[in-house]
Amino acid sequence: MAESTPHDGGRDSAILQPILETGRRFYITTAVLLAIVGWAVIVWLLQLREGLGVTGLNRPVMWGIYITNFVFFIGLSHAGTLISAILRLCKAEWRRAITRCAETLTVLVLFIGMSNVLLDLGREDRVLNMIWNPHLRSPLLWDMISVTCYLTASSIYLFLPLIPDIAMIRDSTTKRRWLYRTLALGWQGTEKQWKRLERAITVMAVIVLPIAVSVHTVVSWVFGMTIQPMWHSTIFGPYFVAGAIFSGIAALIVTMAVLRWAYGLEEYFKLVHFRNLGALLLVMTLLWFYFTFSEFLTTYYGGEPSHMVVFDAKLWGPYAPLFWAMVACCFVIPFAILAPNRTRNIPGTVIASISVMIGMWLERYLIVVPTLANPRLAYPRGVYYPSWVELSLTAGCFAGFILLYALFSKVFPIISVWEIREGRTQGVDEAMERIKGYLPGAEKLSPV
Amino acid sequence: MVIDVDKCTGCQACTVACKVENNVPFTEPGQAAMGRVISWMELITTVEGDYPNVRIRYIPRPCMQCDDPPCIKVCPVSATYKNPEGLVAQIYPRCIGCRYCTNACPYTVKYFNWYLPEWPQDMQNYLNPDVAVRPKGVVEKCTFCVQRLQKAEEQAAVENRQLREGDYVPACVESCPSGAMYFGDLDDPNSKVAALADSARAFRLLEELGTEPKVYYLREGEWHGRVNAS
Repeated sequence: MAESTPHDGGRDSAILQPILETGRRFYITTAVLLAIVGWAVIVWLLQLREGLGVTGLNRPVMWGIYITNFVFFIGLSHAGTLISAILRLCKAEWRRAITRCAETLTVLVLFIGMSNVLLDLGREDRVLNMIWNPHLRSPLLWDMISVTCYLTASSIYLFLPLIPDIAMIRDSTTKRRWLYRTLALGWQGTEKQWKRLERAITVMAVIVLPIAVSVHTVVSWVFGMTIQPMWHSTIFGPYFVAGAIFSGIAALIVTMAVLRWAYGLEEYFKLVHFRNLGALLLVMTLLWFYFTFSEFLTTYYGGEPSHMVVFDAKLWGPYAPLFWAMVACCFVIPFAILAPNRTRNIPGTVIASISVMIGMWLERYLIVVPTLANPRLAYPRGVYYPSWVELSLTAGCFAGFILLYALFSKVFPIISVWEIREGRTQGVDEAMERIKGYLPGAEKLSPV
Repeated sequence: MVIDVDKCTGCQACTVACKVENNVPFTEPGQAAMGRVISWMELITTVEGDYPNVRIRYIPRPCMQCDDPPCIKVCPVSATYKNPEGLVAQIYPRCIGCRYCTNACPYTVKYFNWYLPEWPQDMQNYLNPDVAVRPKGVVEKCTFCVQRLQKAEEQAAVENRQLREGDYVPACVESCPSGAMYFGDLDDPNSKVAALADSARAFRLLEELGTEPKVYYLREGEWHGRVNAS
């Protein structure tokens, strides 16, 4: 079993460096982020006092960028579980360095996603009515149940593999002793403990997968279950899940690149990680195109007038600049960068990922707003521009997420130390054995 | 409810009567331009054709009081529901203001209180005491003047009889100067509205969606019908 003794001769000291020492750069970043979050809190209090009138929302565009953010952030959360759980279950060795930072992404971004629903409510003070007076036929209630389950499961799934690392820090430093001692749950690294831990991680990886799929399916049903034009679509479930994974992988790549640069983790986040994730992103790019194409072609071919109004508004109407920007960001740019082997490198995947994230935010916006702006009856068409309040709170959400992530990475190792060590001590041999097992006449092959 | 589009002059007396009856707040011009007017009864105007052959159509639009309302299904807290009389009702103190119902309604009949409603000082004393003033941040909509129904039912109970036709009409129907609106019990085959709803001119808005609206319209063309018959 991997050691959980004090860190050895600084072989993985780069991982623990951010926890032990804090430079000026970190304080400056934190201060800037705190300022943005602080501003957002003030603006939020204003919105609470005045009402949602301070937003740009109106009738018929009752939902705007808060709901867009909600769908977008919940989407980002899919990277963590997917990458980590699938790669873990498949015993993909290259996962070792990236599971922790993916799982952290999931948990933290979920908080931001959920808070956007709260921002959108006219009566935040009554949110508990969803518990006191639940109406089980409402997709919004399904959503609350599903997202809560997901948050719980992915928090446990983040915490379990953290235990040995927390114990290691507890044993090797005196910093924040009480915190690490409490969270280590008395971990001693005995054979029995390891067995239980590994079993628990596997079980959680299996549990968390269907929940993750359910989460974005249910988010899509918030729209899909209504009979509104271009919301009422049967492919919305898988379309949203695919889009979520798509933007999630992009978010993971960007996060890894930032961590690598900020904490000097070049040893751990190698070219191969970016290339592999880039290949996954390429697959999702194609999948996104496939889904989007079939969704729009079906609508166009059917040609139902109320649907065509929304369709035309998106493709050639007032939303055309955003729509074509989305196509460029979600398909043209990432495809052009990721398909050629030569450009699927670290800067390439990062640029493609940023493009994908912008494109996926636009996609969410283009799902929410144009349908609402074009009601079925002959009302004046809706116009919606987000107000400074909504923009401030959105900025606050992004800053809040980065801040939470930065703080997390200062308290807990952002790369799983024990898993890296386990890879060195056991992974190499295990992988070799496995490869031999694939081959005919494996037993006759001599050890390498 | 039956609305004869042929008789509607587009005067909007119904809209005004509704606002007064139901304590619907005023909207500032700036807010109104943003599309934040609350108008439980709204006149939908369509202009067809090009000059000089232009034709304007008016459709007064209350809540359709659907028999299978898409709005009540989606409410996460059951703040909108179908009451025993078949009206789609709204519970203001329970509504969390998520606006899911407003978005699910294919007729866009639901309104949101963007701010705390306010009236000029002089108007404060003229609010209808039978209708709750809504707090900010909740959804509201046409109730077919349910407060009038309650009063009529109480009166009928005092007089120890069933509700009769004409005991209760909503403010919009009462105020229509051209008599374009009719109100009664569609389930009663002898009622005037049932007869009108059965006419060849009768149609319902977005009937194909299966929402079973309880508001019938009589399409234009009564005049032509008469010419052909004579």
